[in-house]
Amino acid sequence: MRGSDVQQAIDAIWRIESPKLIASLSRMVRDVGRAEELAQDAFVCALAQWPDEGIPRNPGAWLTTTAKRRAIDQARRHKAFERKAEELHYQCTSRATEADFASSYGEIDDDLLRLMFVACHPVLSKEARAALTLRLLGGLTTAEIARAFLVSETAIGARIVRAKRALADAHVPFEVPEGSERLQRLESILEVIYLIFNEGYAASAGDDVLRPELMEDALRLGRMLAALIPNEAEVHGLVALMELQASRMQARIGPTGDPVLLRDQDRSRWNRLLIARGLAALTKAERLALEPGPYALQAAIAACHARAVGTEETDWAQIAALYGALSQLLPSPVIELNRAVAVSMASGARAGLEIVDAIRDDPLLQTYRLLPSVRAELLFQLGRLPEAQAEFQTAAALTQNVRDRNLLLERASSCAELSAGGPLKRLCSTHT
Amino acid sequence: MRFVVMVRANKQTESGAMPSREELAQMGKFNDGLEKDGVLLAADGLQPSSKGARLRFDAGRTTVIDGPFAETKELIAGFWIVQGKSKAEIVERFIHAPFEPGWELEIRQFFEADDFDQDLAQEMRAQAERLEAAKRG
Repeated sequence: MRGSDVQQAIDAIWRIESPKLIASLSRMVRDVGRAEELAQDAFVCALAQWPDEGIPRNPGAWLTTTAKRRAIDQARRHKAFERKAEELHYQCTSRATEADFASSYGEIDDDLLRLMFVACHPVLSKEARAALTLRLLGGLTTAEIARAFLVSETAIGARIVRAKRALADAHVPFEVPEGSERLQRLESILEVIYLIFNEGYAASAGDDVLRPELMEDALRLGRMLAALIPNEAEVHGLVALMELQASRMQARIGPTGDPVLLRDQDRSRWNRLLIARGLAALTKAERLALEPGPYALQAAIAACHARAVGTEETDWAQIAALYGALSQLLPSPVIELNRAVAVSMASGARAGLEIVDAIRDDPLLQTYRLLPSVRAELLFQLGRLPEAQAEFQTAAALTQNVRDRNLLLERASSCAELSAGGPLKRLCSTHT
Repeated sequence: MRFVVMVRANKQTESGAMPSREELAQMGKFNDGLEKDGVLLAADGLQPSSKGARLRFDAGRTTVIDGPFAETKELIAGFWIVQGKSKAEIVERFIHAPFEPGWELEIRQFFEADDFDQDLAQEMRAQAERLEAAKRG
């Protein structure tokens, strides 16, 4: 192997092996930050030795042994840690051989799960949790995380260092929480994974609308978690939601790089493999829980779209019911607005408008451009043209995107034309 | 990025003989590892080419040729679809796949949306900029 090939192979091995390595080292030294440093040191050793000696048959075992030896050496050097060192030595000799490494998969799974709970601990900000999770469990380098979030490498590096220090200061134990805490902390993990996914799916910064790599990272983390705790319905619900949303990735961007609305997407470009995976994960979620949680409900909504050939064939009544259930779990005017659209598709504009009018004064929606644009559309369908015109104008004023704004202004002026005695026929045809 | 990893056919796969229980167990363990790492999207084995057919498109007509086909090296016996960050990552993941000497795998990368749309998107953006410049000029 050439030097550059070995370098590439070592990068790849870092991605594959570092989460397991950091997880088992974390259990040993009880400090995620130190565990990561030890893992990095082991890779530095690999970089020095492997180009000459070749990559070992089981790189994971080699790295584990190297890192654990170093942990023991370091502990020995500190006199105060003598007792700890004995303890560590006992642990190492009892499990660091290659054979043990291969057979201790169950143990590594437990460690990975603990690491996931620690990296997503609520003492950290959401952003810190996301960066740390990608670093420790996704096997991403600081540079890759920085690129993904469009932040400088120094900033991400500092964020990760601070996060690790915060975990150490708070003496966060390396364990899976139990009882009611477990559920809360699991929610925190799901939230972080979905945050990473959404950063890729609805990029909040930069020129790209989509960043597929982040979506893939989040999907991978979700699938890992689903394999580690296969009995948690909401984990499968989240995986289903992400697989189904990711299935539309290729249809979601138009030729000019702008996002394409669901109803205008070319459904033949939806990825059938991801849809099948999403539907399978949703089935698992539904089997595991009597009452679906928020992720499973959102996945079920996405599944209604995935199963439909087009907007016309979509089961809008079912979607409206699912939004209703979601609204019960997570009362939010945005969910109500979505429900209003589904209800209008299922039972007509009047029923939809009733829901919109009930949430119209919600302070959270005052600068939300979709409120006036949905309301305008419904008023238009009902033939209340002057009101529709005013709402299209309000929506245009709240829209940043030039093309969307122009579209809304065009709709506003067509309302004016029609109400000034324009072609009545056209109005009637939009009614049907 | 997504990759397909194909298993090349050989005498054994073309004979239709099922893998031994031991081989199946080892492959199951290997696949479990991919699944746990969250990178496995799909995997399947294929029946021998004697149960397959080829379609050849010639000018004016299409010929159907039933299997089996002689050149086993040109056939595939199974595949994985996996997600990864680089070809090197897929190589490292499959380098220890449980195969006896003589077997061969082939790794190929999928086209992604970007591969098709990049040029077009760039062209549209350039055109928009030209228009904008013309307006200002």
